[in-house]
Amino acid sequence: MASFYDELIKFDWERVSERIQSKNDRDVRAALENRRCTLDDFMALVSPAAASHLPAIKNRSSQLTKRRFGNVIQMYVPMYLSNECTNICTYCGFSLNNQIKRLTLNEHEILQEAHAIKQMGFDHVLLVSGESPRNVGVDYFLTALHLLRPHFSNIALEVQPLDEEEYRILQAAGLHSVLVYQETYNQENYRKHHLKGKKANYRHRLETPDRLGRAEVHKIGLGILIGLEDWRTDAFFMAAHLSYLRRKYWKTRFSVSFPRLRPAEGMLEPKVVMSESELKQLICAFRLFDENLELSLSTRERAAFRDEAINIGITSVSAGSRTDPGGYSTSSGALKQFEIDDNRTPQEVASAIRSKGFEVVWKDWDRAFDAGINATGT
Amino acid sequence: MELKIADRSFASRLFLGTGKFSSNEAMRQAVQASGSQLVTVALKRVRMQDRQDNLLAHLEIEGVSLLPNTSGTRTAREAVFAANLAREALETNWIKLEIHPDPNYLLPDPIETFEAAKTLVQQGFIVLPYVGADAPLCKRLEDVGVQAVMPLGAPIGSNRGLETRAMLEIIIEQSGVPVIVDAGLGAPSHACQALEMGAAAVLVNTAIAVSSDPTSMAIAFKEAVHAGRRAYEARLAHVSSYAAASSPQTEF
Repeated sequence: MASFYDELIKFDWERVSERIQSKNDRDVRAALENRRCTLDDFMALVSPAAASHLPAIKNRSSQLTKRRFGNVIQMYVPMYLSNECTNICTYCGFSLNNQIKRLTLNEHEILQEAHAIKQMGFDHVLLVSGESPRNVGVDYFLTALHLLRPHFSNIALEVQPLDEEEYRILQAAGLHSVLVYQETYNQENYRKHHLKGKKANYRHRLETPDRLGRAEVHKIGLGILIGLEDWRTDAFFMAAHLSYLRRKYWKTRFSVSFPRLRPAEGMLEPKVVMSESELKQLICAFRLFDENLELSLSTRERAAFRDEAINIGITSVSAGSRTDPGGYSTSSGALKQFEIDDNRTPQEVASAIRSKGFEVVWKDWDRAFDAGINATGT
Repeated sequence: MELKIADRSFASRLFLGTGKFSSNEAMRQAVQASGSQLVTVALKRVRMQDRQDNLLAHLEIEGVSLLPNTSGTRTAREAVFAANLAREALETNWIKLEIHPDPNYLLPDPIETFEAAKTLVQQGFIVLPYVGADAPLCKRLEDVGVQAVMPLGAPIGSNRGLETRAMLEIIIEQSGVPVIVDAGLGAPSHACQALEMGAAAVLVNTAIAVSSDPTSMAIAFKEAVHAGRRAYEARLAHVSSYAAASSPQTEF
């Protein structure tokens, strides 16, 4: 079946890198002036030449975001279901070769976590797991959805890639969005970061958003792990991916995240270091590229940076996150996937957002809409 | 003359959307300042099981009715389901039918909208469908019993004004139900033009919510709508390609 892979192979990583590096001031100014930002404009916006235009880029990004999304910020929180994982990945705390305490939440523990999260005020939840399909597969996710659906208006999933039919089944049970990050689009080096396990299959992962699009899942989240490879080139490929998906799956909404590699137990140092100012540039570049795109920022970033980012294009943030399964209701001692930097409580984050002139939105979906879908099959 | 939709009369021809405001308080003040008597509220933003919902609490304003919308639904089936939920939770049988499977430009799906409108009218709803500026579709909707039509001036939130003007003129000319121009109105002058053309009302959200002073902008829209309607009722002068002296010298 046709997929983004057919598009991807038309681009050569090195050539794209060179083209980005060769962009100059004039290209950046043109990109800022064009009403429709093309992939070529996007190259200029993520290029080193754009750094000196950051104030103008931030302004434009801020205006576009306000017009499209208004003065509101969406809140969500991750719930880690399991840190069991059969993959060996060089950057991840859940990697199989890490000698850590493994834990998969049982039904009782899932509900306990739900209760703790609800107490914090959240209504949108992102379920996260490692890749361990035998214990944590579609049946497990179905159970989790059944348990959690009465408690949350919006449920998203960030787990191993699944099949189209599996996504349909989960969607009928109330799944709203799926996040699947390619980590890096550099096919050659992808192998060096993903040494063992199913995640080592680059193409299978790359084609996941196509399967999600065909299954008509409401929202697809894309991401690259910044630090693995040259972020400018990776960003270009993600923009190309987005542009392909947008055209092909017209009913789907898209979001993009910007995780920067953070210290995790026994893990490697980032190969490429990105500054905060470069991260701002990247956020704005995506906003200019697609004004309808949801841009999300996690607690990996420090508080002051996050408070500023909502002014330049970010539309949804997590808060109070724990990246260890069971972390909200107990201190399980299970290993975290990564360290978080913004340790404020959700209420503290919310009041910081309000003080910047934004309304904090906890609920922007309703189970009723999913019930409609569900009713189709019954 | 007052605007009448179904069994209700409206002195104000400005309807407001309640999204995108920087706070619920800012929204409440803008609604009050606008003089609007009908405001839309997205079901997905409301905790329908919760009487203490913060958004709804801020919309308890004397003389202002709520018009729940089905934004977020992609199919007729989902919209009908959502409308029924709204009827129960908000105790109103008015529904702004909004089905836009395209999440980017939020353009309404004519086929799903038509199907849902048919069902909802049969179920006793007062249906106000958000549609493209498509005259035959508006007539078809009127035929199945909707109480108003809400064609767009431009894509939602685009602030581009009456880009569909030629089509809106036809819709207004043909319509047997009130035509409410919805979406894309970015400036009070756009709203004024819509009323001058004979639109029964306009619905505005982004232009007010995202302005740096929503209350002042709400007042500006209120005055523009008023002026536009007055001009319509007073019959606008014909546009001519020839000069005509404003004080004709007929004495000679």
